Amino acid sequence: MSLLASQILIGLINGSFYALLSLGMAVIFGLLNVINFAHGAFYMMGAFLAWIFLQYFGLSYWAALILSPLLVGIIGLVVERTMLARLRALDHIYGWLATFGLALMIESVFRFFYGVSGKPYAAPMALRGGFDLDFMFLPIYRFWVILASAVLCLGTWLLIERTRLGSYLRAAVENPALVQAFGVNVPRLLTLAYGMSVGLAALAGVLAAPVYQVTPLMGSQIIVTVFAVVVIGGLGSILGTIVTGFALGFIEGLTKVVYPQGANLVVFVVMAIVLLATPAGLFGRR
Amino acid sequence: MKYLLRALALAAAGAAPFLVYPVFLTQVLCFALFASAFNLLFGFAGMLSFGHAAFFGCGAYVAALLMAGSPSPLLALIGAGLGGGLLGLVIGGLAIRRRGVYLAMITLALAEVVYFVALQAPVTGGEDGIQGVPSGTLLGLVDLENPVSMYFFVLVLYLAGVAVIRRAVNSPFGHVLHAIRENEARAVSLGYSVQYYKLLAFVLSAALSGVAGGAKTLAFHFAALSDVYWHNSGQVILMTLLGGAGTLSGPSLGALIVVTLSNALAFLGEWVNFIQGAVFVACVLLFRRGIVGELLALAERRRALLARLRALLA
Repeated sequence: MSLLASQILIGLINGSFYALLSLGMAVIFGLLNVINFAHGAFYMMGAFLAWIFLQYFGLSYWAALILSPLLVGIIGLVVERTMLARLRALDHIYGWLATFGLALMIESVFRFFYGVSGKPYAAPMALRGGFDLDFMFLPIYRFWVILASAVLCLGTWLLIERTRLGSYLRAAVENPALVQAFGVNVPRLLTLAYGMSVGLAALAGVLAAPVYQVTPLMGSQIIVTVFAVVVIGGLGSILGTIVTGFALGFIEGLTKVVYPQGANLVVFVVMAIVLLATPAGLFGRR
Repeated sequence: MKYLLRALALAAAGAAPFLVYPVFLTQVLCFALFASAFNLLFGFAGMLSFGHAAFFGCGAYVAALLMAGSPSPLLALIGAGLGGGLLGLVIGGLAIRRRGVYLAMITLALAEVVYFVALQAPVTGGEDGIQGVPSGTLLGLVDLENPVSMYFFVLVLYLAGVAVIRRAVNSPFGHVLHAIRENEARAVSLGYSVQYYKLLAFVLSAALSGVAGGAKTLAFHFAALSDVYWHNSGQVILMTLLGGAGTLSGPSLGALIVVTLSNALAFLGEWVNFIQGAVFVACVLLFRRGIVGELLALAERRRALLARLRALLA
């Protein structure tokens, strides 16, 4: 029982990172028509910046939680302006290839300076320790990660579905030319959306830093699974993407109990089954 | 002009191993075959697979295992091609259910499964891979341990592979692929079973990639995890894109450039990846047709200009 509960907890933590990352990818794909291969690299960058802030500047976890996403978001704005804005009219494939090259560049810079070994990053004082529930020990930090990501996912969903900015974004997905004609600066809107999505990935990275070791490889490790999540969920619905992310983390945790060797592969098996059953994905539009 | 160029290229390929380190040239040829096979799918059928390392690696491992049993290089290569093709049937069968960038994500994810299997299965040697694979003797006549004979063997293999691709591209089959790339809906409405053609192209490309992987194992005496790693998939895309996707000679030129650069810049260590990433971005932003593609387009423009001039004067 306690093994089951704690593995499911770990699964849900993985799931919250899948959800945060695939959510940002869905927003970027919807607006910019780009599958952002560099999303994992930005996630890694967020975690690494938190570590660098603490190591060299003594800045706390809480400061990193704000500064990392901000800094990465600004880098994202530059990337969108200089690179992706030029690829808008082309096939999706080119955006994917360009961001793949970008991911290679980012990863190699961090590998050059910090090597591939994992760097430990301690959770902040306030979030150490845990609750002793009857059937399991619940570390506060893990609880915090799940809570924070759920709030972030919900917040993003509300931002897109319930605010004026969100309505502009949704309209720009449907018909950018018309929105532009109504006097909305669509290119700036897209740049902003990319910066925010990438910042969200960095925020996920900071949340992940105390859970996993901080390494330059953590981006490329998670991104392949996130792609599988994206294929399973389809990119048609924001809420669907979030649900799929958490659900797959949950299934992964469950598999760790039942058949530990298969835990790395279960997401891909689910992907294959979904492809055979409903090729468009669970929430996708073809 | 075309024949002169071809004869010159052949003469250069024949003289090369006596001027340049033959092992390096063999590496170029293996990757040139790999990139050409990838290009059949990407350049001519318009499907971007991000998992081609799986087929290359599968061929590499199958060849290594076969050479351990009965050291016959030809048998090992046939096995490598069959292994790659079978894997292509499975991965391709799933991947072609989606299009475009989804297909790329699916192939990447499924190739990751192959990587995990290579890492954990007992027969593939885990992190060490399979070392000390003999090169064997070709039909009991030619000793392939000699780097120069190995080079010529792989050269013949490469030429045969490129001939197959060339034949496929210029056949009715190739024209249907072209039609699918340009306008899939129209190809469907014309009555072609598009999925069948796509799968066939996928399997053919995967099988040739497997042969390339097998040849690499024979020439370098090992099959390793790096053969199935996604990095290898990225590299073959880079070669094809840089040389010119959708041209017959582009991928080989790309392979020559990338392998040469990787070897020449090896002393830079980690920065090689940075440079590769930068070349990727530059290719996509600045010359999407690749080197050969841009040259062909330039020649085309010149011809059009000359024709217009001539029409003006006449």
